[in-house]
Amino acid sequence: MKPKKLNILAGAVIAGSLSAMAGNALAETLTIATVNNGDMIRMQKLTDDFTNKTGHKVEWVTLEENVLRQRVTTDITTRGGAFDIMTIGMYETPIWGKNGWLVALNDLSASYDVDDILPAMRSGLSYDGTLYAAPFYGESSMVMYRTDLMQKAGLKMPKAPNWQFIRKAAAAMTDRANDINGVCLRGKAGWGEGGAFITVTGNSFGARWFDENWNAQFDQPEWANALNFFVGMMKESGPAGYATNGFNENLSLFQQGKCGMWIDATVAASFVTNPKDSTVADKVGFALAPDNGLGKRSNWLWAWALAVPAGSQKVDAAKQFIEWATSKEYIELVASKEGWANVPPGARTSLYQNPNYKKVPFAQMTLDSINAADPQNPTVKPVPYVGIQFVAIPEFAGIATEVSQEFSAVYAGQQSVAEALRKAQALTNDAMEAAGYR
Amino acid sequence: MATQHSRSAARMMMAPAVILLLGWMLVPLTMTLFFSFKKYLPLRGDSVANGLDWVGFENYVRFVGSSSFWPSIQATLVIVGGVLVITVVLGILLALLLDRPMWGQGIVRILVISPFFVMPTVSGLVWKNMFMDPINGLLAHLYKFFGAEPVQWLSQASLESIIMIVSWQWLPFATLILLTAIQSLDSEQLEAAEMDGAPVIKRFWHIILPHMSRAITVVILIQTIFLLSIFAEIFVTTAGAFGTKTLTYLIFQRVLESQNVGLGSAGGVYAIILANIVAIFLMRIVGKNLD
Amino acid sequence: MARAVTTKQKIMFTAAAWSIGLLIFFPILWTVLTSFKTEAQAINDPPLFLFFDWTLENYSVVQERSNYMKFLWNSVIIAGGSTLLGIIIAIPAAWSMAFTPSRRTKDILLWMLSTKMLPAVGVLYPIYLLFIELGLLDSRFGLVMVLMLINLPIIVWMLYTYFREIPGEILEAARMDGASLKEEILYVLTPMALPGIASTVLLNIILAWNEAFWTLNLTAANAAPLTAFIASYSSPEGLFFAKLSAASTMAIAPILILGWFSQKQLVRGLTFGAVK
Repeated sequence: MKPKKLNILAGAVIAGSLSAMAGNALAETLTIATVNNGDMIRMQKLTDDFTNKTGHKVEWVTLEENVLRQRVTTDITTRGGAFDIMTIGMYETPIWGKNGWLVALNDLSASYDVDDILPAMRSGLSYDGTLYAAPFYGESSMVMYRTDLMQKAGLKMPKAPNWQFIRKAAAAMTDRANDINGVCLRGKAGWGEGGAFITVTGNSFGARWFDENWNAQFDQPEWANALNFFVGMMKESGPAGYATNGFNENLSLFQQGKCGMWIDATVAASFVTNPKDSTVADKVGFALAPDNGLGKRSNWLWAWALAVPAGSQKVDAAKQFIEWATSKEYIELVASKEGWANVPPGARTSLYQNPNYKKVPFAQMTLDSINAADPQNPTVKPVPYVGIQFVAIPEFAGIATEVSQEFSAVYAGQQSVAEALRKAQALTNDAMEAAGYR
Repeated sequence: MATQHSRSAARMMMAPAVILLLGWMLVPLTMTLFFSFKKYLPLRGDSVANGLDWVGFENYVRFVGSSSFWPSIQATLVIVGGVLVITVVLGILLALLLDRPMWGQGIVRILVISPFFVMPTVSGLVWKNMFMDPINGLLAHLYKFFGAEPVQWLSQASLESIIMIVSWQWLPFATLILLTAIQSLDSEQLEAAEMDGAPVIKRFWHIILPHMSRAITVVILIQTIFLLSIFAEIFVTTAGAFGTKTLTYLIFQRVLESQNVGLGSAGGVYAIILANIVAIFLMRIVGKNLD
Repeated sequence: MARAVTTKQKIMFTAAAWSIGLLIFFPILWTVLTSFKTEAQAINDPPLFLFFDWTLENYSVVQERSNYMKFLWNSVIIAGGSTLLGIIIAIPAAWSMAFTPSRRTKDILLWMLSTKMLPAVGVLYPIYLLFIELGLLDSRFGLVMVLMLINLPIIVWMLYTYFREIPGEILEAARMDGASLKEEILYVLTPMALPGIASTVLLNIILAWNEAFWTLNLTAANAAPLTAFIASYSSPEGLFFAKLSAASTMAIAPILILGWFSQKQLVRGLTFGAVK
């Protein structure tokens, strides 16, 4: 950034006056890029606690997910240095870590207790055994369903359902006259939206993105089965226009009581059970994401995590912030202000041992879902990649967005399943060729 | 009055603007050209500092060879053409109406020009969520009120929806320019035609429309310049799905989503070529009219 | 046009124009109305028009989350600064094009306009790298420069069409009286072209205010204007129509009000020489 010298100068002056007060070597102003999710917005509101403890100030750059991703990727690949901390996901972390673009988080303080981070999250945010980003919250996916509608349909949700049951229950719960759709699922184009959902569905049907030699697999029958099943079920019991529904759209539908079931991120559990926003808060049950009898469930693994770009001038202060935001104390701070149901979930083992948190209705199911996810072996057949709802290679986001656009066109009734799979196969192989895999 | 002295003074005065724009055009253009012949995959660790591999015309061939290329050209032309037709036709009608005597003309004019002040991002978001949402959108309520099945605008009528949103933003601009043109029309000429008993259609066709031709040209020229590069409206509504991937959006996808700067740069060069074809075409038809 | 119309006709025109005007304005009106509803009322079925519990809650939520004044101030500086700078550079250029035209004047004008057709995203990486090199990332000055360059062709063209309508004889008369070039521009030309300059300024403030690609991609915390402010409300979790409406209203209100108050000046200048 422009006035580097000035910054340091001014920083020194301010630091001189502040350090006495805060007992800190140098008070910095950290620029943090983050996504506009509820948990992050809560963190912004609690920033004062961090400033009081360390003397460092924080400037937030809060952006919508797509804009954020484009913004931070441009900055990291060009070493722009516009941000001191970036909020990134499980997809970016290993790729960036491998390129040496992130500061290794291998010297966090003892009180931070890095071993307390859930093993699945820790391994997903590491490259070659080194942690590069600390999870702010983590998630898998699971079934959320309306207990009242399930009862009315005369069915009982098993703890670990299969796809056939889901389809049957969805059809039974659907009541179009009263605007109730049996099942709401993501169909929106984008690798992190509908792309993620159809990929995990594919996993449970035995489909995979690539074979061991990086050949696209959309010409295989597993993909056709998965896609046909999904489209068929949504035609029977899905909401109108599901081709443009992503996480937010479905959340809003479910909160309005317009969905019988919703299979999506575990973090959504706290939103649908929050009586302030949800009209169905007291009628929600949870189950594991469905499988298809092939030994793989259709649940994903994801974390939003905080990382420090290599070359940052403020590494120490940035690490202090990361330790604060992802600590056990932070979780307690949120619990004291907003209640245990609203703490950032899925990051720490100790949270799930906490007796207060065990009372939260979705706690155990979230933990079970996270533990059931295995990024090293995402699907039935062997694959050359790591990642469940994504493939941890730099080219994936671009390819999967285009593939999911083809799929969304199927959901909107604009082309057939076979047509979409043929296009997906061609464009994936083409892109992999361009990147030098084949 | 054009002495040698004032000629050179004129050049001096033009210099800052010309040099700045030349720099603004040449520096990025040179860099884009340079990248377009290179393999530049930032996420694989390629960077200018480490040196980039020369790949010849590979990026150019690949960009055109992609199955998305021709549809994107088509989408671009459909959107630009659709918006131009709608804004010009409706603009003329609206301008004719606003020219009539009425009460509260000033306020009506304020109402009509307001969409022009709205940020493209905001208008995209407002239309997408509050109007075109198939469940909670106002249009869906309206359809249901009349007992019809709500349209899923952004998936089933995606191009039409984008054209509608963009037309809404640009209609005020067209209307205003056309209105100024009508107002400058010699009313005696019109009255004379009226006296002669020329029917309304004839009067419009033979007197009003020719008079407006210059204004129409200007509307087409200015709007084309802006419409060729529309981005925000697509980014926040369909994100390029359902056949709304314009050339600009395809380049965005190559550069930012696929992180292939070389390929995207080749696309950028194609976009510049397309822009120049359109520009030459426009100059041909506009050039006459602009003097 | 001073033609005789019957009151009946006038009523008809008034009714037609008002209904079309309201229809065109409706999306903005609806956004403003929604910003005063609660989230639940915002999606009420049937939709609520005026009879709901008006609340300012959304505005306070938005203000609590992001410092509106900072974004607003950045927008003002960036839009105002780039316009001012553009005008200063464009006036002499447009002047010389209008009063000492050469064979190439029209070519230069059209070439300038064609620089606007470059797709911004195609040159994002080059410009970003350049900004890092020059230390302009996340600075208002950098954005002022970029937006000035983007809009300069439009400014030059608008001013050119204005200046051309000023009769050359007046300038010659001034020259006879011994006015220097500078005096000629400052005291003779500029006052005559003031309405044109005013509307050029207004149009460019609007264009710069609404520019959403560079302002989003070249800023972080310091220089981010209202386009970045909106980007943090476009898809939050759960119900968000009311909050989105409040944020949208806050982002467009300043420019909308400016536009309303100055619409006469703006309209007068929006001709691009289209009227002869």
